[in-house]
Amino acid sequence: MTTDRFEIVQSSSASRISIFIAFFIIIILFFAPWWAGRADIRLLSEIFLYLSLASLWNLLAGYCGLVSVGQQAFVGFGGYLLFALTIFAGFNPLLAIPISGIFGALISLPIAFLIFRLRGAYFAIGTWVVAEVFRLSFAQIQSLGGGSGSSLPVAIVRSIASSKAMRESLIYWMILGLTVLILVSVYLILRSRRGIALIAIRDNELASESLGINITRSKLFVYIITSGLTTILGALIFLQKLRISPDAAFNVNDWTAFVIFIVVIGGIGTIEGPIIGVLVFFLLRETLADLGTIYLIMLGCVAIAVMIKAPKGVWGFVSSTFKIELFPLSRKLKNK
Amino acid sequence: MDWINSIIQGILVGGLYALFAAGLSLIFGVMRLVNIAHGDLIILSAFLGLTVSTSLNLHPFASLIVVLPIMGVFGYVLQRGILNKTLGNDILPPLLVTFGLSVIIQNGLMELYTADPQKMNAGNIEVASLSLPGGLNIGWFPLLMFIISIIIIGILQFIFYKTSLGRAFRATSDDQEIAQLMGLSKNHIYGLAMAISMIVVAIAGIFLGIRTSFDPSAGPSRLIFGFEAVIIGGLGNLWGTLIGGIILGVSQNIGAKINPGWQLLAGHIAFLVVLAFRPKGLFHRMDG
Repeated sequence: MTTDRFEIVQSSSASRISIFIAFFIIIILFFAPWWAGRADIRLLSEIFLYLSLASLWNLLAGYCGLVSVGQQAFVGFGGYLLFALTIFAGFNPLLAIPISGIFGALISLPIAFLIFRLRGAYFAIGTWVVAEVFRLSFAQIQSLGGGSGSSLPVAIVRSIASSKAMRESLIYWMILGLTVLILVSVYLILRSRRGIALIAIRDNELASESLGINITRSKLFVYIITSGLTTILGALIFLQKLRISPDAAFNVNDWTAFVIFIVVIGGIGTIEGPIIGVLVFFLLRETLADLGTIYLIMLGCVAIAVMIKAPKGVWGFVSSTFKIELFPLSRKLKNK
Repeated sequence: MDWINSIIQGILVGGLYALFAAGLSLIFGVMRLVNIAHGDLIILSAFLGLTVSTSLNLHPFASLIVVLPIMGVFGYVLQRGILNKTLGNDILPPLLVTFGLSVIIQNGLMELYTADPQKMNAGNIEVASLSLPGGLNIGWFPLLMFIISIIIIGILQFIFYKTSLGRAFRATSDDQEIAQLMGLSKNHIYGLAMAISMIVVAIAGIFLGIRTSFDPSAGPSRLIFGFEAVIIGGLGNLWGTLIGGIILGVSQNIGAKINPGWQLLAGHIAFLVVLAFRPKGLFHRMDG
């Protein structure tokens, strides 16, 4: 048999080395509370939160073609759920966080029922309308501070851990853990049978449908998962901030625009893209943030330039030049 | 009587919403592009009108003499310089590029004009009103705005269906490759469509700037109003878009009458209800 001479491989030496390095980096980051200052811990947490948001948005937009500009709906919803569950229902914040994820996944069902009727760019604006409905509705809830928002009561904050240092470390570990969980699940989803279906849909919707892939169900599956995880991230974000208001919780710039820029600059439709993008984004921010609005204008220009000149972003350029994949998704034929 | 009054106000402001929507609808019809920066371009026109009318001491309406051609040329250049490069089978590039543009315009305006709300002063017409029997008062300005919106939609409809330019638009929309074989330049046609869209945007911007105060971050909600009017009315039908705008305006005014906090919410809910029961809009002609 001639076929015996070949085998299908996914991993490469680059990907095996990168798993090893990733493992090493995660261990170092785990011990950050012992070697980093408080400001560094905050910065690291923020980087991980943006990496998570970007990976989830990339899964939606880059792999399912569901370009959402309304992810702030779930971030804000998670934040408000954390406040509501702890203040009104007396939940421990650490328990309220996973519960908020379940609520986020549940509420994404009726939302999907409505906005999945819109296609392409109209879907994008539809998600934005939903986020606005969330913002306006939560601004009406007087017991959570209405339009001006509220703070998490001290007793609830203390219930996480008694000392401030311990609290901050605990939140940091949760954010780190969730980020690793999200990156691993995005990778596993894309390697699974369903992920292959998603990549097929992305490459050719008509052809994949005629091969028997249920497009709506595949997209809905990803939409619900990303909604739930984004809601959990929202709860964590506002557990760290300890204060919430409708304008901060449902802010399109903070929770969607930056995330889109990160993914576009890093490389949309690749797992590595958001990681590169988040590093570029924070590097730019830490050096140029003093410029304020000019910084945002520059970010917009960079994103437009990348989209026109190199639509696959920084990672797309690197991987096509050096032919490497750190998270192997493609299958190659190899001589035995 | 209060209720009838607020419904009439809602109908009249619906004309403005239809104007927000008309430019969006036109370019979607011709090139399937949804311009996320549309609302920010409306606000840009309002600021442009403000600068022109205060520096040249002109009435806001007269500032259109300067603002219209600037926005028209800007639209053409934007389309040929940037947006044409993004059009293709993939919907992501145009969406993300116009999203980037939206952030650039917002922050550019913030840099130039600060975040303070501004307003244009149109003089007496802003307060003058027409008294109708039964205690109804209709402001001349909202009425004028409504009538001009209808005229502009009529003109767009005429251009699209009765002129050779409109034939070129429809031909490129139906099949751009065949249209190119017939000697049409796709890039030029798209440029002209964007120019017309920006001219409508300029008029909408001036009206908006006289009617309410505006600030650099006011764009996205105008985009959303325009988009809701398009979807409520049905894709590809400009008169439907006018009805969509009116439904949106009336729902917002009824919501505001019940509780001031519900104004915007009521408009969004009207949109979501239409989406749930008539997903293609009330009078749709074209599939997205």
